[in-house]
Amino acid sequence: MALIVSDVTCDYASGTSMASRALESVTFSLEPGRLAVVLGPTGSGKTTLLRVASGLLPLVAGSVEVDGAPVLGPGSVRGQVGLVFQRPESQFFALSVEDDCAFGPRNLGRTHAEARDDARGALAAVGLDPDMFGPREPWSLSGGEARRAALAGVLAMRPRYLLLDEPTAGLDADGRRAVAAVIRDACRDTGVLVVTHDPEVFLDVADEVLVLRDGRTMFEGDVPGLLAALPALSRAGVVEPPEVPRTLLLAAERGLLADCELTLDPEVAAAALASALEGRERAR
Amino acid sequence: MKRITGIGQYIAVDSPLHRLDAAAKLGLVTAYTVALFLVTGFPGLVAMAAAVAIATRVANVPPRAVARGLRAVGLLMVFTLLANSLRWQPAEALLRLGPLAVDGEGLRAGVFFAIRIMLLVTGTSLLTLTTSPIQLAGGIERGLAPLKLLRVPIGDLAMTLTIALRFIPTTAEEAERIITAQQARGASFDTGGPIARARAYTPVLVPLFFQLFRRADALATAMEARCYRGSEGRTRLREERMGPSDWVTMLGIGAALIGVGWWL
Amino acid sequence: MIEFESVTFRYRSGDAQALSGVSLRFGEGELVAVVGANGSGKSTLARLCDGLLLPSEGRVLVNGIETADPDRVTEVRSLVGMVFQDPDDQIVGTVVEEDCAFGPENLGLPASEIRVRVDAALAAVGLTGLERREPHLLSEGQKQRLAVAGALAMRPRYLVLDEPAAMLDPEGRRAVAAIMARLAHEEGHGVILVTHDAGDVARADRVIGLDAGRVVFDGCPADLLADADALARVGLAATNAGRLAEALRAKGFAVPVTAMDAESLVSALWR
Repeated sequence: MALIVSDVTCDYASGTSMASRALESVTFSLEPGRLAVVLGPTGSGKTTLLRVASGLLPLVAGSVEVDGAPVLGPGSVRGQVGLVFQRPESQFFALSVEDDCAFGPRNLGRTHAEARDDARGALAAVGLDPDMFGPREPWSLSGGEARRAALAGVLAMRPRYLLLDEPTAGLDADGRRAVAAVIRDACRDTGVLVVTHDPEVFLDVADEVLVLRDGRTMFEGDVPGLLAALPALSRAGVVEPPEVPRTLLLAAERGLLADCELTLDPEVAAAALASALEGRERAR
Repeated sequence: MKRITGIGQYIAVDSPLHRLDAAAKLGLVTAYTVALFLVTGFPGLVAMAAAVAIATRVANVPPRAVARGLRAVGLLMVFTLLANSLRWQPAEALLRLGPLAVDGEGLRAGVFFAIRIMLLVTGTSLLTLTTSPIQLAGGIERGLAPLKLLRVPIGDLAMTLTIALRFIPTTAEEAERIITAQQARGASFDTGGPIARARAYTPVLVPLFFQLFRRADALATAMEARCYRGSEGRTRLREERMGPSDWVTMLGIGAALIGVGWWL
Repeated sequence: MIEFESVTFRYRSGDAQALSGVSLRFGEGELVAVVGANGSGKSTLARLCDGLLLPSEGRVLVNGIETADPDRVTEVRSLVGMVFQDPDDQIVGTVVEEDCAFGPENLGLPASEIRVRVDAALAAVGLTGLERREPHLLSEGQKQRLAVAGALAMRPRYLVLDEPAAMLDPEGRRAVAAIMARLAHEEGHGVILVTHDAGDVARADRVIGLDAGRVVFDGCPADLLADADALARVGLAATNAGRLAEALRAKGFAVPVTAMDAESLVSALWR
């Protein structure tokens, strides 16, 4: 049981004067219960990957499979793959948050009552009290609340795979925290794929990392593997390391720190830097 | 994900027609239209068709691009032909189809009017093929400038037009984003009859319009912050102006067209 | 100087006060970060700086001119440039140079003068060469730089930016931060930056913290960053870099509170 993207190649804006290759032979798989993070510079194909995985883009080569069934268009993954775009709160259209959240389940064939229950359940799951927030107009919500309500709209469909494009972009500290918590919770029985420019929030708990550049896979593996590959990836300008490993890398580059194991943990990093400094002191 | 590159038929190549000032081209189109309605016989139409053919050549655009505009009026041409040439039980007829008959005079008139429509469309499409929307907006603003004397807010209308043009690609992208997002939530836009399909677009149109109104508000604030006070007293970075050659071309060719139309 | 004298603002009479009794001064040549949780009034503060909003009570003065003075609105808005969060909400021109020229055109300046200003403004933000590009073909970062250029073309003394980097990727954020630092420190503008980002706070000369419409902090970034309670009050979160710095301080190393990124941390440790 997995969402499998096999050797996929796909074009952007094909047929127009701005056509370009968006993905080149990318392979990736996502299982329920796992959290995967996709990194890469703007234009690296991260968003395209999400669209391909939800059947929204035609492929030039390769295939996409969800739980053994081939994906042939958005209809074939309806209900199994939930895709949340950037700034999803701009897609509200109903007069109440509850109605908007119920849109997805209704499209899946649930009755009004069932859809309402799904919506209320999803709102509760994202930390928005259905009685308080359900009747409100979607546009009256604050940034973080709106973002979570939009997420609820997709979670209400109970997808087995959840794909998110920059879910914490543009939110303040509280909003980011709240959304990150919702996503981490969702991992319990869903396969979650997060495309992000701010990996700090997710790398601590990620099971897998995929790094793309210019549509190609630059790295695929777990977080320790990413840390090991980080010096090379950072030098090649493919990945911007989070600040803690970046500090260690910079210190190593300047010859101030012997090559050490990179880490995301501030305490471990502090210890490494401290012993390097003490070593220097003693050498004097 | 399509990148929209602006509206319409503008083909960006170089040609004397492309280089001609937009207001001059508008003047020529006006003269051409007047000439076309002054024409009273087929020789006149032939002369106008020749003018269009020559202009197409000069404009360095493929004839098929000019012909593309005819698709829109094909139905109108057929209707005009039929409306003029069919009569109800006339005394004399070329051809009878039951109670209806094709009348000789009517047929001649129908063909004339249909061809005139065709020439009108192809002639004006040369305008949009050789003038970018922005240049066209500027040309319209200058052309309508005399109306300012009658207190018509030409400057404000021109600003509205250019802002609208500027936002067409952005709005198209926004619409595409919303459509895809709703599709991802299971919405379907290609099933059901026409009414069902129209209703299916509510989840797209509502957020889109909401965004547009919100954006209009924010844009107005931003414009105010840059001291926009209406179009009175505004100067321009690039002042497109009709040069002597533009005037000569417009007046010369314009007069020639009207002269031919009058005579033929 | 931009002066706020006991300014109170309500969006509608009967509404809660978005700002209460705020008195502040902003000078030229300094980069000031304005922080606060959502709803703290920081965007309202920004819009009061150039008269887009007028105080319900109190006054706002820009170089001695009252923003509420209806005869001097243009002067005030020429002195104070504004940049908002979404670049697409600010760009009206059909090509880059036309948009940049929008402000000077509104001021009725001669075409030659407009040309000079547009070229200078585009150069200041690194968009030279893209004059004839249509806005929708620019990246988000380029669009936001165009918005900054549009404000600079008015030759303002002050620049107020309301979360300008919120919708940009890290590269775009860095570019905007660099431009603002240069404008404040090298060109002598007074730059007021409304932000959520602790990095912006660390790089600023001064920080103003708002909470529920009141100023709860006005001082140097180091003092705010060292105070966890104050940080929470203004909606800023500790970052991993901040935690690293804290851990090093706990081990006895002298790392300043304003060291929020790799470069400053390394420089501080190996001085």
